[in-house]
Amino acid sequence: MATPDFEIKSSVLTVRLGGNLTHVESPAALFQAAQNLETKKISVLTEGLKAWDSTLVSILFELQNISHARKIGFEAKGLPQGLARLLALAQAVPQHVDKVVVEKEPLLDRLGSWGINLFNIFLKGWHFTAENLAALGRFATGKTAARKVDFLFALEDCGPKALGIVSLISFMVGLILAFVGAIQLKTFGAQVYVASLVTIGMIRIMGAIMAGIIMAGRTGASFAATLGTMQVNEEIDALKTMGVPVSEFLVLPRLAALVIAMPILTMLADFMGMLGGAFVGVLLLDIPAVEYWRYSWQAWGLTNFFVGLFHGFVFGFIISLCGCYYGINSGRNADGVGVATTKAVVAGIVWMIIATGFITFCCERLGI
Amino acid sequence: MTTDKIVAKNLQVAYGPKVIIKTADFAVKQNDIFIIMGGSGSGKSSLLRVLTGLMPPAKGTFWVDGTDYPAADDETKLEIMKKVGILYQSGGLFSSMTLAENVALPLQKYTDYSPATIDELVNLKLALVGLNGYNDYYPAEISGGMKKRAGLARALALDPEIVYFDEPSAGLDPISSTRLDNLMKDINQSLGTTLVVVTHELDSIFAIGTNGIFLDAASKSLTAHGNPHDLLKNPPNETVYNFLTRGKEDEKTA
Ligand SMILES: Nc1ncnc2c1ncn2[C@@H]1O[C@H](COP(=O)(O)OP(=O)(O)OP(=O)(O)O)[C@@H](O)[C@H]1O
Ligand SMILES: [Mg+2]
Repeated sequence: MATPDFEIKSSVLTVRLGGNLTHVESPAALFQAAQNLETKKISVLTEGLKAWDSTLVSILFELQNISHARKIGFEAKGLPQGLARLLALAQAVPQHVDKVVVEKEPLLDRLGSWGINLFNIFLKGWHFTAENLAALGRFATGKTAARKVDFLFALEDCGPKALGIVSLISFMVGLILAFVGAIQLKTFGAQVYVASLVTIGMIRIMGAIMAGIIMAGRTGASFAATLGTMQVNEEIDALKTMGVPVSEFLVLPRLAALVIAMPILTMLADFMGMLGGAFVGVLLLDIPAVEYWRYSWQAWGLTNFFVGLFHGFVFGFIISLCGCYYGINSGRNADGVGVATTKAVVAGIVWMIIATGFITFCCERLGI
Repeated sequence: MTTDKIVAKNLQVAYGPKVIIKTADFAVKQNDIFIIMGGSGSGKSSLLRVLTGLMPPAKGTFWVDGTDYPAADDETKLEIMKKVGILYQSGGLFSSMTLAENVALPLQKYTDYSPATIDELVNLKLALVGLNGYNDYYPAEISGGMKKRAGLARALALDPEIVYFDEPSAGLDPISSTRLDNLMKDINQSLGTTLVVVTHELDSIFAIGTNGIFLDAASKSLTAHGNPHDLLKNPPNETVYNFLTRGKEDEKTA
């Protein structure tokens, strides 16, 4: 393989360029010679150089850098015009040196800043929530910057377009619930209580949770990705500088749409889950349809139903607030949007579970 | 003798039924700095998308180094695209990689140079565009103009024979813009690279252009073909004249 010849004579490193010098691999020996403390000057001679490419330029550039760093002389004679020009161009702007030095904090300090950070994040989240709840109040009276079309688009997206997937998944969950329940109840010969089990399970909590998890993955993620991309495209900056409140213009339509849609989706999930249970009960466990219906009806209670709806309503808030919050605070590149979407879904699900625990505790205390 | 690097014949550019350029015939010669001129919306970026293989021509075809590009098989297309560098309007850098990794990517993919050689080439390319020492920065951490220059460093990584530029000087200050013009000229002359440049900048057009075409939005066609200086001397029609003199006329009357 072609490589430039070189020799060291009386402290001068002479590099000879000749022949075909294309696709030259990095000559480690040459750079070592240049770094050698004996070397006091680097001289490049060109004789009969026929062909060259960027690899040769990069080697000369590196030699030049070494000579600068070691403060020794560098001269190049007879370089082809183009090569000389590229070399000059590469040296035109001095190397950028970063002056930012990050000092490592002691452990206690780091723990402290971590705590303060966490507190600030909670505070920021709380402000965001409060701001949007207030905006939702104004939205109800129609005095906001939110556009009706945005609201209708969001409503369509998290309403009619989500019906299929919510129906399918809740039907399957009802089915599974019935199967698993039947195995246990069979041992007591109490198979018919499968109906009660599925009904109570679905309407009190499972319907809302299933709808919530589906919507967090589907709509919460989409909110975060949309708003994150708007952040990347400087659309959110434009809104802010125009004085349009971001929470009203972007968050509110989505928040309102999901808060309206979630209870309805919850009802749908309840119904489809019960249907799934009936499918197993009547067709596979041979429980007479009338019996199944009677036990379901006995288990069905208005309280359970409303507790389920309330869950759905709260989940609507949580999912849309998480999606919008992480979208608006997304990083300004493709990666940032990905991270924001992940966080929106994870945070949405975690807060939903926390809320469920809290509501269940309250119901228990209140004896509901 | 100069040879034709890119030849387009009866080339039509369209998005589905929406025709942007009815028909275009032109030839880019080896070592040209070929300027694609035209008003906003005249289809310059769309033409570039066709020439870089991102979109098939609606009708007609074009040859790169004598090969019918749209008709070629995937392997031939890849071989041709290896000889081509592209600078996208906003840089097109991969945001999850540092500048050095961005520039190294085509080298790692298409050459068998050792890591040390690749490192040196990356250093050189970044230094050529004035980003010496920015190796470990992420695209999100540098300015718009720097992104553009880093994109150029990546476009130059493989010593391409043809480099396409979409609005290289948009968003740059006058000094950076002139520097970029000089850089393009230097690359053109020292490496013999053919450059195809979409630009509105009159200064750039006259400073670097050796050949070019003018696209007209109203007639959806190519209304002029030649060296910008010649087009200014003998403008083939009013639109071209207005386009090429706008700045100067304004200066005179001001
Ligand atoms: N994906 C697309 N689908 C349909 N039409 C498009 C698409 N992209 C561009 N166009 C249309 O093609 C025409 C030309 O657009 P193009 O981006 O090529 O213009 P341009 O000459 O590059 O303009 P500018 O100087 O503003 O960048 C415009 O009328 C535009 O509306
Ligand atoms: Mg364009």
